[in-house]
Amino acid sequence: MTTTPRLQVRPAEAGAPRADQPPKILAEGLNFYYGSKRALADIHVAIQPHLVTAFIGPSGCGKSTFLRTLNRMNDIIPDIRVEGRVEIDGRDIYAPSTDVVELRRRVGMVFQKSNPFPKSIFENVAYGLRVNGLTGSRSELQDRVEGSLKSAAIWDEVKDRLHESALALSGGQQQRLCIARALAVQPEVLLMDEPASALDPIATQRIEELIYELKTDYTIVIVTHNMQQAARVSDVTAFFWLGKLVEFGPTERIFTSPTEKLTEDYVTGRFG
Amino acid sequence: MRTETRRLVEAVIERGLFLCAATSVLVTAGIIGVLLFEALLFFQDVSVLDFFTDTEWTPLFAQKRFGILPLLTGTLLVSAIAMVVALPAGLLSAIYLSEYAPSGLRRVVKPLLEVLAGVPTVVYGYFALLFVTPLLQDIVPGLAGYNALSPGIVMGIMILPLVSSLSEDALHAVPNGLREGAYALGATRMQAALRVVVPAAFSGISASFILASSRAIGETMIVAIASGLEPRLTLDPRVPIETMTAFIVQVAQGDAATGTVEYRTIFAVGMLLFLITFLLNMASDWLRRRFREQYA
Amino acid sequence: MRPRPPTTPRLRQWGDRLLQVMALLVLALALASLATLLYDVLADGLGRLSWQFMTSGPSSRAERAGIYPGLFGSLWVMAVAAAIAVPLGVGSAVYLEEYGGTGRWAHLIEINIANLAGVPSVVYGLLGLGLFVRALQLGSSVLAGGATLALLALPVVILSTREALRTVPLSIREASYALGATKWQTTWHQVLPGALPGVLTGLILALSRAVGETAPLIVVGALTYITFAPDGLDSPFTVLPIQIYNWVSRPEAPFAENAAAGIIVLLLLLLTMNATAIVVRDRLQKRRA
Repeated sequence: MTTTPRLQVRPAEAGAPRADQPPKILAEGLNFYYGSKRALADIHVAIQPHLVTAFIGPSGCGKSTFLRTLNRMNDIIPDIRVEGRVEIDGRDIYAPSTDVVELRRRVGMVFQKSNPFPKSIFENVAYGLRVNGLTGSRSELQDRVEGSLKSAAIWDEVKDRLHESALALSGGQQQRLCIARALAVQPEVLLMDEPASALDPIATQRIEELIYELKTDYTIVIVTHNMQQAARVSDVTAFFWLGKLVEFGPTERIFTSPTEKLTEDYVTGRFG
Repeated sequence: MRTETRRLVEAVIERGLFLCAATSVLVTAGIIGVLLFEALLFFQDVSVLDFFTDTEWTPLFAQKRFGILPLLTGTLLVSAIAMVVALPAGLLSAIYLSEYAPSGLRRVVKPLLEVLAGVPTVVYGYFALLFVTPLLQDIVPGLAGYNALSPGIVMGIMILPLVSSLSEDALHAVPNGLREGAYALGATRMQAALRVVVPAAFSGISASFILASSRAIGETMIVAIASGLEPRLTLDPRVPIETMTAFIVQVAQGDAATGTVEYRTIFAVGMLLFLITFLLNMASDWLRRRFREQYA
Repeated sequence: MRPRPPTTPRLRQWGDRLLQVMALLVLALALASLATLLYDVLADGLGRLSWQFMTSGPSSRAERAGIYPGLFGSLWVMAVAAAIAVPLGVGSAVYLEEYGGTGRWAHLIEINIANLAGVPSVVYGLLGLGLFVRALQLGSSVLAGGATLALLALPVVILSTREALRTVPLSIREASYALGATKWQTTWHQVLPGALPGVLTGLILALSRAVGETAPLIVVGALTYITFAPDGLDSPFTVLPIQIYNWVSRPEAPFAENAAAGIIVLLLLLLTMNATAIVVRDRLQKRRA
């Protein structure tokens, strides 16, 4: 990539960040260590509700690591250390009294490689409801599963085979199933770690359309190494480099007139 | 479920699982405890010096002697014979399966070797006593009906798959780069195998040898059936002898009352047996770890 | 000084071929021994197999003796051993694999289990004798025998269960945690079901090894002359391998036939168990789409 193609950037939306709206997620002075190696350095960022925030940056810059601090998924890795605060709705999620299980229900995650359980489509979506005790009666459960599958725009494709194995679906369908699974427990935030990187262009497009629809009801944070995707899909973009947050602002500005030289070099393809 | 309840349940479950895992430590403690307890009582009646230096073992006779040497030599004699059979054959088999064998042959031979390893030892004892001994009696002059040679050979056959599979793992772990280097210099497969791969896998192969000998020393039924139950300080494989393991089984079958010296002998012998195999296993483990560090 | 000629290629080729021939000879001999053993046992014992043999107890007359108490004793003891070893073994493996990780305790336990796997079986018998039979006063009962075999099988069960747990990919666990499941929920609903084929196969194989064990049960006090099958956990007992051992030890020729027939029954039992393990594993693996 040598010259800047004209990126398709959506104009700033009516729901773009307003100064008076409290952020959904607030990171302050966040440092993250794998053992003795520092992976995130002094991150300050505010993520607004009902917007799509994209994290971009070259491989290894810490964007996925930061994403995973937002629902404390990094806790399952041994020998990690977190300094600083991450607040969701004003409460520090790294405080000792935090209920991590409830946190992960409120902050859902979709992974890079779709990971449906080796169970039926129905059971995949129902699992989250079962473990969180949200099942209710049998018809309620069925309604919720159906609702989630509809929200993930996959209902029509699976409604006749709900009890077949999820592993029989195509890659793109599996990923939408994983989104449905995450939506079933009614999170407030949806974290997406390169959700379309393993998918073909058509499947990718469907995921991107889905993200656009979902942001009305959810706050979405998406990690992507695909800049065009970030430009297409997000309202706000954060550029990470070597564990630091270099620049953060409305997507249109980041891609057309960034403040930092480093950002400009990255989005114009001079490195990364 | 409310947070506190959930946390409590999770903590209880984790504790419960930890206790399961801790049982294994209790088992080791139990083994050492039981053996030590009775062995110490034994050594109140029998001096340690006598135990290790006396040349006769007659605890069940009227005239009691408690020298472990006959049992020890019996064990070592049978195990040595087993190792003479199993080690070269097992290593050769490992080299062949690792360096030469086409995958079809491997797929057939390896499960069959597993079967060989899985036959119950009492069946091998039957085989040793009723087939191998009569067969050998035609070849070896002066071979008694109970002897050390026959169970030794059969034990070797039983242990061969263990040597083969562990040595094969060690050979397999040697990086292909070493083989390719040898072939590039014009070596045949045999030369590459014997001069490059086997020496490179030396620690791993030694570990497998030591583990196999530990197995042989701890083996009971083949010798209980086919070697006779006559403790004898000898290196002649043609005569009846008794091993440490067979002695334990012999007394356990008899009527030695609890608390008597005869009863305690099995724990003293058991303690020695445990120590020997424990040390061998540790040595094997240390070698295997050193080997892994080289190539992992 | 004249230079030494290099080894002729032909000589080296011969060395190579010799190695292959010797190795194949060794393998052939080993497998021939297996075949000979099986043939010998079948030749001696097949004729002795009969309904009478399967339903009689011991007798001083070889032709009237049978393996009924031994066979059922084996089944009882195996059931007790399974009932103890399965929860303990699977629980230990789950702890070490999912919870313990890298702690100091976990490491100690791992080394310990590896050691226990190498302890001679007769020493487990001594443990059973000292602990279960005497200290806990269980006597030479089915319970003592089964508990002893459970401890013997425990390291194998733990090791094979851990292997099976490792086959479940991390991504499944992550997906479960990300939905707000606890560690136990993840283990119970996702990891264990996913590992089930491997766990079951390992269990069946561990138990099939236990069935063939003789020495520890002799030490624990299994009787060689008992005329009835066990009728309770506190009942005295014998097992199939001990019955075989008893017959082999007798000098009279007809008892050798009994021993051979008993061996056939034992081998058939083992074959069934191993075949079941394989079938179970294949069936469960097929169900995973």
